Amino acid sequence: MADYVEMWKNIGMDVDMHDTLCQVLPTAVGDVFLSQENRPKAMDFWDLVISEVHGIRPAELIEEQKKGRKVFGTFCVYVPDEVVIAANGIVTGLCSGSQFWVPAGEAVLPKSTCPLVKASVGARLSRTCPFFRIADMYVGETTCDGKKKAYEILGEDVPMYVMDVPQMKRAEDIARWKDEIAAFAKKVEEVTGNRITVEKLKEAIHLINEKRKAIQRVYDCRKSECLPISGRDVLLMIQIAFFDDPARCTQMCNRLADELEERIRNGVSVVPKGTKRILVTGSPMSIPNWKLHQIIETSGAAVVCEEMCTGTRYFENLVDEGGKTLEEQFMALSERYMKTNCACFTPNKGRIDDLLRMVKEYKVDGVIDTSLKFCCLYDTEKYVVSRALKEAGVPVLSLETDYADTDAEQLRTRIGAFVEMLHA
Amino acid sequence: MKKFAIGIDIGSTCAKAAVLDEKKDLKEKLLLPTGWSSADTAEEIRRRLASYIEEGTVVATGYGRVCVPYADKSVTEITCHGKGADYLYQAKSMTVIDIGGQDTKIIRIESGNVTDFLMNDKCSAGTGRFLEVMANTLGLRTEELCELASRGKDASISSMCTVFAESEVISLIGRGEKRENIAFAVVDSIVKKVAAQAMHLLPPEGEAVLTGGLCEFQYLRSSLGKALGREVVSSPNGRYAGAIGAALVASKLES
Repeated sequence: MADYVEMWKNIGMDVDMHDTLCQVLPTAVGDVFLSQENRPKAMDFWDLVISEVHGIRPAELIEEQKKGRKVFGTFCVYVPDEVVIAANGIVTGLCSGSQFWVPAGEAVLPKSTCPLVKASVGARLSRTCPFFRIADMYVGETTCDGKKKAYEILGEDVPMYVMDVPQMKRAEDIARWKDEIAAFAKKVEEVTGNRITVEKLKEAIHLINEKRKAIQRVYDCRKSECLPISGRDVLLMIQIAFFDDPARCTQMCNRLADELEERIRNGVSVVPKGTKRILVTGSPMSIPNWKLHQIIETSGAAVVCEEMCTGTRYFENLVDEGGKTLEEQFMALSERYMKTNCACFTPNKGRIDDLLRMVKEYKVDGVIDTSLKFCCLYDTEKYVVSRALKEAGVPVLSLETDYADTDAEQLRTRIGAFVEMLHA
Repeated sequence: MKKFAIGIDIGSTCAKAAVLDEKKDLKEKLLLPTGWSSADTAEEIRRRLASYIEEGTVVATGYGRVCVPYADKSVTEITCHGKGADYLYQAKSMTVIDIGGQDTKIIRIESGNVTDFLMNDKCSAGTGRFLEVMANTLGLRTEELCELASRGKDASISSMCTVFAESEVISLIGRGEKRENIAFAVVDSIVKKVAAQAMHLLPPEGEAVLTGGLCEFQYLRSSLGKALGREVVSSPNGRYAGAIGAALVASKLES
C-alpha cells in the first residue's frame, strides 16, 4: 500500500485510531471477496480501490481541491449530483457501514439510533475517515428523523446544508422538490463560486445518466439464468460508485458489463445450476457493510438484485435531457428523483410495484427484506411488503440487523432455513 | 438408505438424538444437557449411539450443528422441527410453535414442508432460558415453577428483557408476593410473548403444535392455548421433534 500517513495527518485525522481500522479491512476483503472462485476479471478495479479505500480516492479529491474545486459530501440518493457537477464541484458519498464508528456516534446519539446514522456521526467526530475530513460541505436531507437530528450535531463541526425532501408524491410535492433543487443550486454556486448554466447542467445530467445506464447494464446481466457475477461483487461496485469519479465509474461499469455479457454468451456462471436467487430489499448497505450478502452467498444462495439505495434506487430512471431552461432542467431532475421509492414517503406503493416487477425481471426465488436496527420506516414497511409479496406467491424472509457481528449465527440459521424452504 | 437414520439436535440447553430404522420407526432417543461444549456433547452422543452410527447416516441440527464432525450433513433446526412435527402429528397443514432454550420459532407446515417461519431475535424473552432464570431466582426447578403457576393469579411482569424481568421478580419477592403468583406472572409473560409472535403466522383456524423442551409443561400449554384461542397439542416426543426431523432428512440422503 502506498504511504498515505502524511496526507491523513494533513487533513487532521487521528492516525493511530485509524490504524486499528486499517488492520481489520484486509481480512474482511479477503474473506468476503478474494476467497470467491471464478470472479470476473474486471473486478480488479474495485479490488484495488477497496484495498486502498482511504488512500486513492481521497488523494485525488485533495488534488482537485488544490485546484480550487469544492467537495460536497452526501448521505442520500435524493441529493442530485448533477447540480454539484454543473458547478464544477465534486460529490462524494459519506454514509458509513462499519461497527468501528458506532461507539463514537453513540457518544453523542441515543443508543436507539440506527447504526448508519451512528457510524456516520462517529466517523466525523472520531476523525478516522478521510472523506468526512475532506468534504468542504455536507449535504443532508430530511429522509428520516434520526438523520435530521444528527445533521444538527454534525452542523456544529462542519458546514452543513439540508434539503427538505417532501414526504408525499403529489404534483405539488414534485414542484416543491424542484424548488428545493433550485435553492440547492444557488447554494452550490455560492460555495463553488461558479455559475450553473443550462449548458453545464445539461452536460452534468448526461454524465450521470451515462453512469446510471452503465450500472443498469451490470444489473441486466444478473437477470440471466446464467449468473455471471456474485451479489457481493455487485454490492462492492455500487458502494464504490458513490465515491468515485462519475466518468471513471461509467467506464469501469461498462468494462465489467462487457465481460459479464461475454460470460453469459459462453455460459460462465459463478454458481451451480439450481442455486436459489435472492432479491435483497430494505435499508441501505453502506461500505463496508457486506454482512448479509456474505451470509446469504455462503448459505447456498445468490443475491441477484438489491432493491435498496445501494442498489436499484441509485440508478433506475433517467433524467430527461431535453430541458431548455434551468427551470425545465430542475423540473426534469425533480421528476426523476421523485420516482425513487424511499420508505420516508407515504404512501409508498411504488416500492411494492418495483419489487413485484423486479422479482419477475431478475427471476427471483425468494426475497429477504432487511432493516437496520431502529430504522423505523423500513421496519414498519415490512408488513405491507411481506403481505404483497406473499399474495403474489413469493416467499419472504424479514430480518433486522445492525453492523455488529454478534447475530451472525442467528442470521445464518434463518437464512439457511429460508434457502432450505425454497428448495423444498 | 443405510440401516439407520440418526438425527442429532444440539440445542443451546439440551442435546437430543433420535434413531429411525428402515421403517422410519423411532428406535432410540437420547437427551443430554449440552453443557459448555457442543463438541464434547456431540462426542458423548457418538459414543452412546456408536452401534447405530456405524450402520447409519447422520444429520446434525440446532445451534451446535457445526460441532458434529461425524455428521454427513447439517440442516437448520427450522427445517428439522417442521419435518419432525409433521412426523409426530401428520396433519396436512399446521403451525408449529417451538419454544427452545434460547429462541422461539413459529413454523408453518403444508404437506410436510416449511412454507413460512418466524424466529425471535437475540433477546431471550419468551424462551426456555427465561423460564430457567426465573425458576432459579425463585429457588425452583422449571417444572415446579410451571406447576406452581397453575395455582397463582393476578401478578404480572411488564418487562420483555430477561435481565430487567428478573429485577421485577426480585421486587415482587421483596413486596412479599406469593410464590405461586410470581410463578403465574413468569409463565404469563412467556405465553404473551410467544402468542404475540405466533399471531403473525397463525391462520384464522386450526390447532397449533407445541414442540421443544417446554411442551411437557401442561399448564404452559393450556395457557398458550387460551391466549391463542385454539387448542395447542403436543406429544411425549415433542422435545425430540428437531432430532426426529434431522433423522428424516438423513433417511432421504442416500435414497
